Amino acid sequence: MNIYLLLFYEFFKTGLFAIGGGPATLPFLIDISESYNWYTLEELSNMIAISEGTPGPLGINMATYAGYHTAGILGGLTATFALVLPSIVIIIIIAKFLENFSQNKYVKGAFYGIRPAVAALIAAAVYNLFQIALFVPTDTGTQISIKAVVLCIVVFALMQIKRLKKLHPVVWLIFAAVVGIIFQF
Amino acid sequence: MSEIWQLYFSFFRIGGLTFGGGLTMLPMLKYELVEKKKWISEDDLLDCYAIGQCTPGIIAVNTATYVGYKRKGIWGGIVATLGMISPSLIIITILAMSLQNFMDNQYVAHALMGVRSVVCALMFGTVLSLAKKSLVSIATIIVFLIVLALAVFTTIPTIVIVVFSAVTGIVLQSVAACIKKTKQGGDKE
Repeated sequence: MNIYLLLFYEFFKTGLFAIGGGPATLPFLIDISESYNWYTLEELSNMIAISEGTPGPLGINMATYAGYHTAGILGGLTATFALVLPSIVIIIIIAKFLENFSQNKYVKGAFYGIRPAVAALIAAAVYNLFQIALFVPTDTGTQISIKAVVLCIVVFALMQIKRLKKLHPVVWLIFAAVVGIIFQF
Repeated sequence: MSEIWQLYFSFFRIGGLTFGGGLTMLPMLKYELVEKKKWISEDDLLDCYAIGQCTPGIIAVNTATYVGYKRKGIWGGIVATLGMISPSLIIITILAMSLQNFMDNQYVAHALMGVRSVVCALMFGTVLSLAKKSLVSIATIIVFLIVLALAVFTTIPTIVIVVFSAVTGIVLQSVAACIKKTKQGGDKE
């Protein structure tokens, strides 16, 4: 099938089923990287970093990047439009016909189940990212990178400090890049 | 300037000036839509934010479509959404184009390895705050653990898991409502 049609199909699906905003697209992006050879998990990890460090909704940034990486400028446009199309249709229908949608008994019930499931799906996606980020390839397989583990733990611990909590993610990403260069990750 | 263009540029500003999307966008939305343009009331904004969160897709986009539709119908919804995504399309495409040439550079490789490990820390923080908000009962903790095991150890597609968890949620809440009813009925007798 045509690459643009495939991109459209995959990102339309993501837009339709990723409930919970940007981070909820992550499990789908991992599904896509496993089904096609569009990008590796390492490349996906880079895309997340860049999407977190630039303005705009995280989910949109990741779709644009993944689409561009797969099929150039037109690919980025295709993936992004496909991602937002289900939203536009669903929201207009809700705004037009369904008053008190979020108060509906069944909608509330569905979200009672969806919320913890989405948290678990994102947790599993992050587990995949850990494997990419904290292990380095060697001749015999992979080996844990002590430097990367230490950096990850230190930054996470620093982020828990009240005064540092409000710091923008981009600050941590720049810090990580500098540490990566100095200590030759 | 006609209102449809104003919709485009207002959401362009919101998309281009906020990082992260979702919840971090609320103060910006409030400033631009409630205080500056007076397009909707704060209550309406919170309502449409609630709807944006419990419908599929990107929360920022859902909110843009909703506000745009309320102001100027279907075209308003489309134009507001286009405004919201335009900055991302421009910025990310330019960045991706320019980064492509540096990927093989040794320093860039070291930097990216460091960045990847911090992405883990950031995403782990996201998972923790999501878990705090969504794990509100024993039943939700069980759903969380089952889905986590399924997602890590099996290759069941994400879509299937999302649909099943929605059905499970509806069943769980109906059962809970039913138990509550019978209990109340029993008390009366």
